[in-house]
Order: sequence, then C-alpha cells, then structure tokens
Amino acid sequence: MIIAERKPMEEIKQFVALYKKVLVAGCGTCVTVCWAGGEKEVAMLASQLRLATSSEGKKISILEATVERQCEREMVAEIKDKVAEADAVISLACGSGVQTIAEMFEDKPVFPGVNTTFIGMPEKEGFWVEMCGACGDCFLDRTGGICPIVRCAKGLLNGPCGGTRKGGKCEIDPEKDCAWVLIYRRLEKQGRLDVMRKYYAPKNSRAVKRPGRVQAAKA
Amino acid sequence: MATPFRKILKTKDFVVTAEAAPEKGSNVSKAIEHIELLKDKVDGLNVTDNQSSVMRYPSLGICLLIKEHSGEPILQVTCRDRNRLAIQADLLFAYSRGVSNILCLTGDSIDVGDHKEAKQVFDLDSVQLIHLVHTLNSGQDMAGNELDGSVDFCIGTTATPSADPLEPQLIKVEKKLNAGVNFIQTQAVYELDELKRFTEFVRKIDERVKILGGIVPVIGAKMAGYMNENVPGVFIPQHLIDELAQAPKGTGVAKGIEIAARMIRQIKEERICDGVHIMFIGREERVPEILEAAGLL
Repeated sequence: MIIAERKPMEEIKQFVALYKKVLVAGCGTCVTVCWAGGEKEVAMLASQLRLATSSEGKKISILEATVERQCEREMVAEIKDKVAEADAVISLACGSGVQTIAEMFEDKPVFPGVNTTFIGMPEKEGFWVEMCGACGDCFLDRTGGICPIVRCAKGLLNGPCGGTRKGGKCEIDPEKDCAWVLIYRRLEKQGRLDVMRKYYAPKNSRAVKRPGRVQAAKA
Repeated sequence: MATPFRKILKTKDFVVTAEAAPEKGSNVSKAIEHIELLKDKVDGLNVTDNQSSVMRYPSLGICLLIKEHSGEPILQVTCRDRNRLAIQADLLFAYSRGVSNILCLTGDSIDVGDHKEAKQVFDLDSVQLIHLVHTLNSGQDMAGNELDGSVDFCIGTTATPSADPLEPQLIKVEKKLNAGVNFIQTQAVYELDELKRFTEFVRKIDERVKILGGIVPVIGAKMAGYMNENVPGVFIPQHLIDELAQAPKGTGVAKGIEIAARMIRQIKEERICDGVHIMFIGREERVPEILEAAGLL
C-alpha cells in the first residue's frame, strides 16, 4: 500500500491562513491503514486546526469529510457539496488523491496535508517500511523476492557495495540490513546462488514513461 | 613521460600507486605540489571522485594536471553523480586528453557527504560500469552506436577483502573479474591474512589481474576507532589499535607511517599481492616517508 506521513502543523497552518472555511478531506484506503489520513486523522487535524486558529484569535470554520478512495472521481463526487461550501481543501490522501480533488474542483485551492513517502508494508504496529519502487520492470525473480531497487540504499543490481558494515548492515544506517546480504542469504537458503552470480545489465530507467499510464488488458 | 600504467602492470614486479584527493575550491596549487612530489616516486596517481560524497574539484581536472606535469593519472569514476550519458561523455573527454586509466567504483552514498539533499544517480553499478568501459573500448557506445575515434582504457576496480559477511562481496568481485579488469585496488586492509585469502580467491578466477592492497595509515587509536565506526568497509583490528595507543604523545603520525611501511614490506616480501595503493588523505606530502621506510625509494 501507499504510505504517507502527516505534514508538520506549522506548514498546514500556513496553508489555511488566508481562508475562512476549510475542508479537511480524508481517504479511507491506504492512508487510513498507515494512520496518516483516515477519518480519525481528519478529526484530529480538524480539532488541532480549530484550537490553533482560535488561540491566535482567528475565526476559521473547519469542515470534515472522508471518502473511501480519494483517487477515484466517483467517490470524490460524494463530497462535492462540502467542497463547494469550503474556500480551500486540505487533503490527507496520497498525492494521487490530492490531485483528483484538485482536478475535479479547479477553482478551489487544494493543499496536501501529508507527504506521500513510499509503497510499503507494516513491519510492526505503527511502523511501515518501503518495499517497492514502482520501477515498471520488476526484478524480484532474480533477488529471492527482496527488492534491491528500494531496499538497497543505492539501488544496485549486481551485489553489495563496498560499504557494507560489520554483520551485514547498510552503509547509511547501522540499524538497517544490507539488502544484498539479505538477498544472498535468501538465495543461499533456496540453493539458488547461481542466480546472484549472473550479470545483470543496467535497468531500463524508462520502463515507465512518466507520467505513467496503464491500459488494462481486454478480457 | 611516465610509463603507461597498463605497461607497468605487465612488467613491474611490485606496483605502487598513491591517492590524490582534490581540494574543495579552484585553487590547485596544493594538488600540483603533491603531483610534483609523488609523480616520479609512484607508478600512478589515483584521483578520487567527490570522495565520501563531498563536492570537490573534479577527478578529471586533477588527472589533466597530472598529465601536464608528466605523471600517470588513474581516473576514479563513481556511479553516484552521473547517469550513463554523462559517464560516457566524460570518458571520451578523458581519453581524448590522454587519461587512459580508469578505476570503476560504485561510490559512497549521498547520505555520508556534505550535500545530503542531492539526488543520487546510480543509473549504473560498478559491474555495469566495467562492462560500459569495455563497450567503449570496442568502439561503440552503450546504445550500440559507432564511435568516431575509439578509446582503449586500462580498467581497474575496487574490492573489500575485510567485508563481513565476505561471501556476497566475493560474488560481486567474481562478476567484476568476469567483466574483465586489469587491476583491483582493495579497500584499506589491516589483517594481511585477509588480503592473502582474497588474492587466492581472485587467482582461482583470473591469474593475470593485478591486485594492489589498500594502505591507509592510521595515526592514532582514536582515529582507528572513528574509522571503524564511520568509514564504510574499513575494519581495524584491536592489536593495531593497542599498538597505536601505546605510542608516546606526538608520535602518532610517525607510528602510523611505521605500521604502514611494515605492512608494505610484508606484502612485498611474502608476495601477498602484486603491489599497494597508498591512501594518506590530507597528508600526501608524507607519502615519500612511507615509501622510504618500506624500502621502495
């Protein structure tokens, strides 16, 4: 899923400074699961904004709404009345959701309330790690199901760099495992180290032409 | 004129190179002093490429100065700051100006340097870079286009004999050897048994490639501790740290030089590998003392 983090309050306060009525819009999918922009986080940001603005003597009315998926026009259409009522929108969805609202309501300023960080999974409660770089040319068959594109700090394809720390930790973080040591151990366990010994040519960095577009195969 | 490094590798019994780290800024007077001091004492001067991800005067710039002063430059090229177009263009430029030795490295991460918010490139890795140089040597670019004016680089790369775990590193070394290199320059080594085992490993795959053991003098116990914590791929054993700690105050540099020279002598006498690469960063002017103490002058 897509992982995001709430932006600092100071930054969000600057977004709303010019407006009288602001809608905080959440999304019920990825950002709900990673505690960044679901219904609960919408309510929390709304009350923080009310408190912060009233303590500064400003009168701002804060509206709240959360849709199931903010990246789908039909679902965003369900809150069109609330958007119309507001002078501006703070979206707590990923960048895709922010842009869906911005595109559907072109006359309305829409601000991101979160920083979209990566595609990942929960490692433990309240802690998510990056797993996929959405490179458009999946390499996981050659690496025992461990992605070196994002899990190696340098995205290397042919083995570890010379900076691996003692015990197989990453050059940039003694707490983080070197992805290539993990790949080595996984492939060794499977008796497939020959896969790691093969040379891999540079990746096609343009496998996804930006902006990416995918047409579903016809049934 | 200096003897081409490729020829040195073929003919010389014990090869010695030294590292030259460019300064931050356009003042190259110190670099020229070091070039003048070292060019006739070593077989090649190896110039770092934004070493430790710290922005500096370019490797290629110092290599050209080495050429102008009749030395033999080795151009370090990392994959961190340039994509495949930029690397190929730089290599064509280098070769056209007489710089024909290249050391292919991955490069440190942006995170360890002084421009921590920069976009890191790594369009290629070091194994792919070696393949790329062979492609250029064959008269084509990476896209398969013919080059007007070919190149003929002598290719080197790096390895970390002290890595833990070692096996994943050795798989990468094997890929580099299969890609084809003329020489390997190792990361700093302090346990010569590790260097010996590394040489034996390489010899099984490639008998002809020359191995230069990396020598980084350590000038104090504190520095050793710092390097163990902070320099990627460097592991200094406790017995050397103890030896440094026992050196009287103010004699750290002399002790570091003494230990480095002792290691070089042992490498040469026991033929542990084919030569050494001396990295005395920030104290290049004292490299001749190491060479003299090691009996290489």
